[in-house]
Amino acid sequence: MPTITGRSAVDELPSADGRPPLEADTATTGRLGDRIFGGLAMGSGILVITLVALVGLFLVAQAVPSLLNNNANFLTSREWVPSGADPRFGIVDLLWATIITSILAMLIAVPLGVAVALFITQYAPQWLSKPAATLVDLLAAVPSIVYGFWGLKIAGDYFKPVAEATSSVLGWIPFFRWDGTPSAKSTLAFAGIILAVMILPIVTAISREVFAQVPITHKEGALALGATKWEMIRVAVLPFGKPGIISAAMLGLGRALGETLAVTLLLSALNTSDAFSFSVFGGGETFASRIANDAGEFDSAQKTGAYIAAGLVLFILTFIVNAAARVVIERRKAFSE
Amino acid sequence: MAKRIDVKDLDIYYGDFKAVEGVTLTVEPRSVTAFIGPSGCGKSTVLRTLNRMHEVIPGGRVDGTVTLDDQDLYAASMDPVAVRRTVGMVFQRPNPFPTMSIRDNVAAGLKLNGIKNKKTLDEVVERSLQGANLWNEVKDRLDKPGAGLSGGQQQRLCIARAIAVDPQVLLMDEPCSALDPISTLAIEDLINDLKSQYTVVIVTHNMQQAARVSDQTAFFNLKATGEPGRLVEVADTQKIFSNPSEKATEDYISGRFG
Repeated sequence: MPTITGRSAVDELPSADGRPPLEADTATTGRLGDRIFGGLAMGSGILVITLVALVGLFLVAQAVPSLLNNNANFLTSREWVPSGADPRFGIVDLLWATIITSILAMLIAVPLGVAVALFITQYAPQWLSKPAATLVDLLAAVPSIVYGFWGLKIAGDYFKPVAEATSSVLGWIPFFRWDGTPSAKSTLAFAGIILAVMILPIVTAISREVFAQVPITHKEGALALGATKWEMIRVAVLPFGKPGIISAAMLGLGRALGETLAVTLLLSALNTSDAFSFSVFGGGETFASRIANDAGEFDSAQKTGAYIAAGLVLFILTFIVNAAARVVIERRKAFSE
Repeated sequence: MAKRIDVKDLDIYYGDFKAVEGVTLTVEPRSVTAFIGPSGCGKSTVLRTLNRMHEVIPGGRVDGTVTLDDQDLYAASMDPVAVRRTVGMVFQRPNPFPTMSIRDNVAAGLKLNGIKNKKTLDEVVERSLQGANLWNEVKDRLDKPGAGLSGGQQQRLCIARAIAVDPQVLLMDEPCSALDPISTLAIEDLINDLKSQYTVVIVTHNMQQAARVSDQTAFFNLKATGEPGRLVEVADTQKIFSNPSEKATEDYISGRFG
């Protein structure tokens, strides 16, 4: 039974003469245009998948020999001597710095971004919401080096009193301990804040898109029940926008995890001889900033392989984060249409 | 529970645009009043002023008075949110909250009112769904999403949601226009039942529907293109459909309109 999509429920049933249900896409007409476009689309798809697979393969192939020569535990060691007769390297410091800066950035940027998006779509008068939305989109396009430089030269000086106040009040918790070194703007906490500033426009822009699409009927349904504006947002806007907020957060997190230049500018590297610190006011290096800092030293395959292994962990980390987000969105799917 | 609505000299504006002018009518408690008229004549706009929903549209405001028994809905001290809690509304397109289960949809209004007791909520959910003639169809799947129901069921779910908060008045804005004839019949039967407890005002494009369900009918029309809409005539439904006082009404109901 032909339909506009070429398939219908009838196709799923065996026909009266016992013919098995159709399997192929019957929308294809077999005309030249159809065949060219179909071929192009399929070719692009195959190309992308092949590229990703090859990148993964390359990373693994380069990393494995180095990992096999590694005399320290790759996941738990804090050492980083990737070359020589006795290569010893581990990523625990990098993992900690990467995760803590990204989580800090998310904790700041997601609630703030959602709030800004709500303001632009639900509260701001029309003459303000348009320019405000454009401004946020523009901010999303600012190159990260600009944020890094701004943090280093301008905002960093204002962070010192904040760091002092926080550590003097909450310093008894190891998480907030700070003895004045490294300088305030070289700490993980400040790097997290700069990352938050950097991903805020992305989170805001995507959330705004989704909130603007909330059907007016849902909003009116809530208002007609006697919901206040905030209750309407809670009942109609936020649930509708939830998958969008999660996507926005994940895109932001992806950028925060992989951000290189700004973080490299700011963070002060730790000596491996220093004791491991849980404090957000400690220094450190993320995966990306460590690779960028040492980019000049990739002279042997062994050494390069160690850095690539670190990059591979970053790759896997972002992959896990994205998969987790997918699961969250899928689980509520029945309730979102 | 049901209250009487008095509308006096009501002019409705969107910004500088006067959408409707000079509406005066009375709706008796426990009765059904139907608003009929061509598209764009302001009948939905008038309906929305009865629970201040027209204010949701930027620039929406009114001159004149609307009173519910002796309460002025547009008094300075009156909170539109409070008005909407007393005057419920059902829309043209069924709009259950898509992220909520059937149960949560019905309980949404109560939860907004701060009622959290599970037993109370369950009771009200059952009573409202029964009131909306939907209970038997959904009692085994209260935790399933409301958006999974058929269009007619969704609309009855919306009616259940509206009556769950015990409104004084129930407004319906073309509640059947997106439904098939069987579902329409179910809603019309329901309106007949609701009349025993609530004051109902319904906007409809379907004149047979107005004749079937209402006690009183109000006919709205535009004076001319670009002019504000106005109330041409309001009277008992029987009189409107058999012996209207205005020529325009007769032309409209007999299909000789325009």
